Amino acid sequence: MAQSLDRLKESPSQTAGPYVHIGLTPNFCGIGGVYATDLGATMVNDKTRGERIGLRIRVLDGTGTTLKDALIEIWQADADGLYNSPAEMRGAADPNFLGWGRCPTDMETGLCTFETIKPGRVPFRDGRLMAPHITLWIVARGINLGLHTRLYFSDEEKANAEDPILARLEHRVRVPTLIAERKSDTYVFDVHLQGEKETVFFDS
Amino acid sequence: MSAESGSNRRPETGAFFQRDRTWHPPALTPNYKTSILRSPQKALLAFDNTLSEISGPVFGHAMLGELDADLIHNFARPGESALGERIIVHGRVLDERGAGMPGVLLEFWQANAGGRYRHKKDGYLAPLDPNFGGCGRAITGEDGGYAFRTVKPGPYPWPNGPNDWRPSHIHFSVFGHGFAQRLITQMYFEGDPLIWHCPIARGIPDKAAIETLIAALDMQATIPFDARAYKFDIVLRGRRSSLFENRLEGN
Ligand SMILES: [Fe+2]
Repeated sequence: MAQSLDRLKESPSQTAGPYVHIGLTPNFCGIGGVYATDLGATMVNDKTRGERIGLRIRVLDGTGTTLKDALIEIWQADADGLYNSPAEMRGAADPNFLGWGRCPTDMETGLCTFETIKPGRVPFRDGRLMAPHITLWIVARGINLGLHTRLYFSDEEKANAEDPILARLEHRVRVPTLIAERKSDTYVFDVHLQGEKETVFFDS
Repeated sequence: MSAESGSNRRPETGAFFQRDRTWHPPALTPNYKTSILRSPQKALLAFDNTLSEISGPVFGHAMLGELDADLIHNFARPGESALGERIIVHGRVLDERGAGMPGVLLEFWQANAGGRYRHKKDGYLAPLDPNFGGCGRAITGEDGGYAFRTVKPGPYPWPNGPNDWRPSHIHFSVFGHGFAQRLITQMYFEGDPLIWHCPIARGIPDKAAIETLIAALDMQATIPFDARAYKFDIVLRGRRSSLFENRLEGN
């Protein structure tokens, strides 16, 4: 026998369930007075640099029905393409932008809206620039392990065309599932959990 | 500024170990019916972490309120407290290399002692406790340790099969150092026979993996004449050493 690698196993995931709001956005579901505000509810302030944009995201199940009990977190770089993170070694990100947001889908409409800024480009592992993108993490009742994907921008055609992650998609017809459509200052993005238009989810 | 600036550690920038998806519940677990229409069916796009997955925000201890880690009192009227079995839940957040992880944001939520959630979607017969909200949070210390005080949640019935009951459990949201470590899971209680009947817990294929979600009664950590204790460690994805990594341009 060889020596043991002495590695632990990651804790297995369990669904966030139907009451995820109690833990992550208590004010949203009527539990006031415990936290002053829900974490991740506001992403920008007056001093944040960059182009203000809105995101309107829906999550749809295999029948095309909009989920009304999902929760989405987003993570993105600042306007210069820098992450506000200790892992960012290239420079200091905008101190007025954390780059992280959290939003439950509306209990009636299923709509998830973020007010944020358009991120700059971030380098891929080999130094080539990736197209501007926002990382999404989606949890809900019925989702056993949080889903990871990206939102790219419809008005970044040239950057999208040279993006090393999008380039890895064998089935080119699936590329549009990752691209949000610009409508004035807002990008509209539907996440399809199943079906012909199933969003490309990541294992990374 | 950052959770790691309090220590002498250099920030780690390596990619995370590949996730062992056979250890997690698969997306489709038909005995948990809601998963049927909410499970992706196409192959995932696999790629080694880029900076977008390696990086993550930092939450400082300053954001915490005094009662955030005390569910017995954080929603209770002054001088009152939540009903139920008083317990301490404590443990450490480690990565797969066994290293304690400081600065990890833990958010937890649960039903009250009768198995009822304070949520408009929960219509269970058991009454709400006016002194119990059901949420709390903590940030791990230098060694990855955390603790909070609560009441033991009750089991509850849920619409899935004709007679399914959730074992007593506490939901945990775990925010590690990189966004790729993001995890939500549930903690169960040692000795609860309902665990082995639960379609959600049993969505995890390996019994040994389910057992890692069962907190042990920890008599050494109890507070005599006050609260029993349960110990629950959480493991997040480990990260490769960046010593031999290709450097990003500009580094
Ligand atoms: Fe639950």
